[in-house]
Amino acid sequence: MARGAADRMSAAQRLADLIAEHSEREGPLLPLLHAIQHHFGCIDREAEAEVAKALNLSRAEVHGVVSFYHDFTESPDPRPCIELCRAEACQARGVEALVAAAESAADSRVRLKTVYCLGLCSVGPNARLGDALYARLDRDALVALVEAAR
Amino acid sequence: MTVVRISDDALALACGADAVAAAFAAAGCTVERVSSWGMHWLEPLVEIDGIGWGPVTPADVPQILPGTGRGTAAAGSGGGGAPQGASPDGSPQADSPLHHPADGPPPRTGEDLCIGTIADHPFIARQQRLTFARAGRTRPLSLDDYAATGGWVGLDRARSMAPADVVAEVTASGLRGRGGAGFPAGIKWRTVAEAAGARKYVVCNADEGDSGTFADRMLMEGDPFQLIEGMAIAAHAVGAGQGYIYVRSEYPHAIAKLHAAIDLAAARLAPFRLEVRVGAGAYVCGEETALLNSIEGKRGEVRAKPPLPALEGLFGCPTVVNNVLTLAAVPHILTPGGASLYDSLGIARSKGTMPIQLAGNIRHGGLFETAFGVTLGELVNDIGGGTASGRPVKAVQVGGPLGAYTHPGQFSLPFGYEEFAAADALIGHGGVVVFDDTVDMGGMARFAMAFCAAESCGKCTPCRIGSTRGVETIDRIRAGGRAADAVEALPQMHNARKDRRSREENLALLEDLCETMKGASLCALGGFTPYPVLSALQHWPEDFG
Repeated sequence: MARGAADRMSAAQRLADLIAEHSEREGPLLPLLHAIQHHFGCIDREAEAEVAKALNLSRAEVHGVVSFYHDFTESPDPRPCIELCRAEACQARGVEALVAAAESAADSRVRLKTVYCLGLCSVGPNARLGDALYARLDRDALVALVEAAR
Repeated sequence: MTVVRISDDALALACGADAVAAAFAAAGCTVERVSSWGMHWLEPLVEIDGIGWGPVTPADVPQILPGTGRGTAAAGSGGGGAPQGASPDGSPQADSPLHHPADGPPPRTGEDLCIGTIADHPFIARQQRLTFARAGRTRPLSLDDYAATGGWVGLDRARSMAPADVVAEVTASGLRGRGGAGFPAGIKWRTVAEAAGARKYVVCNADEGDSGTFADRMLMEGDPFQLIEGMAIAAHAVGAGQGYIYVRSEYPHAIAKLHAAIDLAAARLAPFRLEVRVGAGAYVCGEETALLNSIEGKRGEVRAKPPLPALEGLFGCPTVVNNVLTLAAVPHILTPGGASLYDSLGIARSKGTMPIQLAGNIRHGGLFETAFGVTLGELVNDIGGGTASGRPVKAVQVGGPLGAYTHPGQFSLPFGYEEFAAADALIGHGGVVVFDDTVDMGGMARFAMAFCAAESCGKCTPCRIGSTRGVETIDRIRAGGRAADAVEALPQMHNARKDRRSREENLALLEDLCETMKGASLCALGGFTPYPVLSALQHWPEDFG
């Protein structure tokens, strides 16, 4: 129990640090939310409330922003996340034929997220894992990527 | 010591450039990481003394290095021995570029991969590069390389001129917004310059969300100082002290390069201050007013215009919002004689050059910058080499997810704002996505509506609801109609239709819906989604059930 309380304390302190780091910037909300999402893996109700208080906003306003953008999530998902581009250019290069195999390889262990465009449209199908990018994927390469994702 | 130049552009990295660079370094070479030439089917492209090899894997390194393999013949005899002006089909991968390079036939020689002198390659030699003049030639974060290739000349000259004269030169160049709308940049700048306001901003729209476009990314990763210089010139012209570059979060490499470049150039930019802001995965934030809301820390909802951002933009202050390519074209325009050169290129009201992006199922994909007026057919067939799959071209989408699908029968269309508009199409941000004959155009029309539904900001009804009704209507057309459901069939539902709608009636509904979305949406997302839908319906009605 003591350990849990200490973790909560340090999480609260970290959140306060992040807020202090960003709150004086012009238009602080998006950079601050990015920092919180990056550090905690999500932006939960408590974080929304703290941010609202610090920036003199209502929690509804902060929640409205968090829920608007695809990059922000309200609960953490610890699974590795592979972003697979399924926009027009990757469709033209056959990504749709790879999706079923990727989904079955991912099962529930890997989060397979559809994104629209990684900006590599001449060498698709493309995927992203963290900041690493993968191009010219065929079924085997994509399945191998999914299976190796940690 | 052999100097090997390999791109560190995100696309080259995705194709395995780091492993190739490491293999050359392990072989004792000095590896220089440069920007990408834009010949994407050849990435990772390796350059030694001006000669290129691609696409290279680490296993090819011994064949390429002089004195270690059969590549010696090509490399050792300099430009003469290499196939000068080699056919763009020179690579063994060319017939199956959809396959991973590792799948290629393993025993290839350096000669198989050699494309000769890169600068003489037809894909490069045919271009007229102004905005991408440094592509492939400089190290992205080298201030020395930048200054040695004409960097800062435009800014120094602009700062020696009265702001109004800078605006006049940009106006005279004929430069129009490269984000898609094509609004004259000089007139936008003049509006901001003449607006009253103690604080003004320059905002760069780098939220390049359109599928089939990557020129902004390449510019930010390959030549970030040029964008920064263009923004500093804009700031001088309109009297702005602060600038923001709003980059989509899907571009981590571009974000890192911009941060580093701004730090390196801060002293040169002063008193102008520049900051990178990162988007959060909303396509609609590429719309300028949604982008401004996002920087302000709000939901990325579109604002009604007027007021124009030029008068009431970021934090209510007069703001220049321009695309990456617009701002990056400015340093060249501000060099002596640059404006009149720019104005002398192109056709009618489309002046200068356009970095066109060849993408999708195309054999020679990449960046092709040329003066306006090149025809679509030249781009797809002559320059792009047709489809990567080798099958016939069925459709070409120009201008991103909101651009019309053009039919090969329209290949004589010259690339220009008004020329495409007259054909019910748009050039948008210059993305060209090629599809072969296996594509189902009814499915693509449905995707356009589904994409709009997923990315709508929700502020206006035609876009928010129309897109979902559009998906349903297309589904109904493709399924051969829909009978009345249980509730509609009830006798007390007097106004509900009891018989099945015919295909023609459903098509009329879809066209009516599209007209409403076109005319009544607040921004281009809802307003232009009908273009891919209606063009697909017009040219390929057989794909709609």
